[in-house]
Amino acid sequence: MSESLIINLSVAILFLPLLGFTVVVLLGKRFPKLYLFEVGIISIAFILSLIVMFAKLSYYPNNIVAQFTWITMGSAPSAGSFNIDLGISIDNITVMMLFVVNLISLLVHLFSIEYMHGDKRYTRYFSYLGIFTFSMLGIVLTNNLLMMYIFWELVGLSSYLLIGFWFEKKSAADASKKAFIVNRIGDIGMFIGILILFANYQTFTFDAIYAQIEAGNMPFGDSAWLTAAGILIFLGAVGKSAQFPLHVWLPDAMEGPTPVSALIHAATMVAAGVYLVTRIFVMLTADAMLTIAVVGAFTSFVAATIALTQNDIKKVLAYSTVSQLGYMVMSLGVGAYAFAFFHLVTHAFFKACMFLGSGSVIHAMHHEQDIRNMGGLKKKMPITYYTFLISTLAISGVPLTSGFLSKDGILAGTLAFGKLTGHWLIPLMAFTVAGMTAFYMFRLVLLTFHGEPRDHHKYDHAHESPKLMVAPLVILAALSVFIWYTPNPIAADSGWVLSSWIKTPTQVVPNETRFDFMKPDAAFETNSGQHAESHGTITHSTLYTETMHWAHYKAMFASLAVAGLGILLAFAFYFWKKLNADKLAEKIKPLYNFSLNKWYLDEVYDATAVNGTLNSGKGFSWFDQKIVDGAVNGSAYVTRVVSKISGWFDTYVVDGFVNFTALLSGFVGLLFRKLQTGKVQTYVAFVVFAVIVLLLLFKPF
Amino acid sequence: MLQVGLTHFLVVSAILFSLGVYGIVTRKNAVMVLMGIELVLNAANINFVAFSRFSGFGLGGQMTALFVIVLAAAEAAIALAIVLNIYKQFTNVNIDEIDHLKD
Repeated sequence: MSESLIINLSVAILFLPLLGFTVVVLLGKRFPKLYLFEVGIISIAFILSLIVMFAKLSYYPNNIVAQFTWITMGSAPSAGSFNIDLGISIDNITVMMLFVVNLISLLVHLFSIEYMHGDKRYTRYFSYLGIFTFSMLGIVLTNNLLMMYIFWELVGLSSYLLIGFWFEKKSAADASKKAFIVNRIGDIGMFIGILILFANYQTFTFDAIYAQIEAGNMPFGDSAWLTAAGILIFLGAVGKSAQFPLHVWLPDAMEGPTPVSALIHAATMVAAGVYLVTRIFVMLTADAMLTIAVVGAFTSFVAATIALTQNDIKKVLAYSTVSQLGYMVMSLGVGAYAFAFFHLVTHAFFKACMFLGSGSVIHAMHHEQDIRNMGGLKKKMPITYYTFLISTLAISGVPLTSGFLSKDGILAGTLAFGKLTGHWLIPLMAFTVAGMTAFYMFRLVLLTFHGEPRDHHKYDHAHESPKLMVAPLVILAALSVFIWYTPNPIAADSGWVLSSWIKTPTQVVPNETRFDFMKPDAAFETNSGQHAESHGTITHSTLYTETMHWAHYKAMFASLAVAGLGILLAFAFYFWKKLNADKLAEKIKPLYNFSLNKWYLDEVYDATAVNGTLNSGKGFSWFDQKIVDGAVNGSAYVTRVVSKISGWFDTYVVDGFVNFTALLSGFVGLLFRKLQTGKVQTYVAFVVFAVIVLLLLFKPF
Repeated sequence: MLQVGLTHFLVVSAILFSLGVYGIVTRKNAVMVLMGIELVLNAANINFVAFSRFSGFGLGGQMTALFVIVLAAAEAAIALAIVLNIYKQFTNVNIDEIDHLKD
């Protein structure tokens, strides 16, 4: 398989969903069966992405890049000539993302065929799924920041369309607006960051920018600007990947149809933020990475504490998503690049499985989402239960699952980071979150599927979902098992994914702005090739590699301990009923309410940002009405007064003068008409008189 | 003894001219006005003859006077014809009342 074929196939993968969207959105009304076309298109895209992935991973260790000049900018005197290029870059991460996005998109399509059955905008729903997939694939494939930004905004648009799909419901319409606006806030930062880079390097292409940074060419001559650019671009990820403090849109986005939640929150939109950070990872300075790590750790902590008390099945999953995304971002911040991406992939599968599982439950319970009204569903829906259980085990980090591998890697990364830099708070938070995750996920499973049914009416009508809905669950649950990633269930490093597929790229920022452990040491430099092969990481010093080894088993046992503790607690509360959750909640009422009300963040935002905007809007309106309109009206008034004066002047002075002239000539005429007697003799007399006068005057004699 | 010179002729001529003009201006009857015109013309004739006699130009002045007399005769003929027509139109020849030029 040649490189050009891979490129052509990738371009085909990118544009197939767009074709599906265009055809279905234009003709969907006339041919309602066209949703099958969309599903078929995604199936083809999935098969192509599978082919591309295996071809790329097997035969091409290097990046495959294809680009063309989009706009020729000519030359500026100060900057020299430059062009704006568009293009795609295909590396290992790209093809894995292609596979993940297309697989989950396909499964969501299949699931939706049953789940959305009977919806009045059925075909339009599928077209929206198509454009969503297209936007995400664009982000995955691009090799430059400009295209990244364009597709970034397209993802924002398609998420708006899908979250607000049932826009007749006010809550859904509000949620879609909230998602859109909150994302815009992050995007402003990203936009400024991109412009900082473009202003200095006259290119949007990742490789070209990194080459210049590596050559020691700092933006505006100072590495502080590089830190700023990194953090600003990361702000885009804060919005899309729902990091604190912009995470508030994600739980509200649960107003969209449940398969959409699976698509948005597992594989596409929220993954885009993490993916962006992996793309800019090499230009992150130590300060930027620390910021990212802290934001990620804090996000995962906040979201986990909120998830503990939520009662809506989708809200729990939503906050668990936020929490896991925080994990990935934190992992990138602490330099555990490979594990972050690995977790992105594994999380995509088990979280999609959970969301689709919850969709299956909601479908069976006739749109009941409150877990307090569920219970005992294990008997009614065995397949949904077991798939959900497997993904819950995965997210809790129980051995033999994919989540165990990726999560342990992240925890080890934070532990090593703590040891190397002294920031112990980050691993502390990470381990706390691991425990809480296990607890609230098992709380969810136990309340939903175990115990006595609490709403008998709904329970009696519940039934296992049709095959088309169950099949995606089974596939996703199967992918949550370790065997796909590594033959050794306790050492992810020995698996093919981490040892050969994901390679941590070499950082390009100057040595003095890196963390100590990110600096290549001299011994490492000499035999780097061999070293890189054996450890799969080529940027880190031997010190870091040793620390990671040191952290590996410690992190594994510690995470097993906290996860076990969380699971035990969940069983104690909700299965054996040894402990009473309500009584505990009563005892720590303020804390419980704090968590139940999501740290009152929505209220805080309402009071500050929303009301602030409203009030400033009112202020501007007042300014507009009183000052601007006043100025306009005032000038109108002045004009009127001036025109009145000018009118008076016209009537009385100018017209007066004209009339006076007329009167005068009339008067003169009156005088002179007396002379005009019509009698010849009079005229003769005048002539004689005149001659006499002339004679007297000129005295010719 | 008093020598009759150019001045005397001119004085006579001037008196005649003035009388003619006076007649033209004051008379109401159109015929009388015509007579005034004749006086004016003859005053001019006297001047022609007088200047001719005293200046040694030969007989140019006399010749011109003869022409003027002919002209005066023609003029009188036409003017009287006009007066007759005026009379036909207005049943009088009183110039005061014929002021249609004013309209």
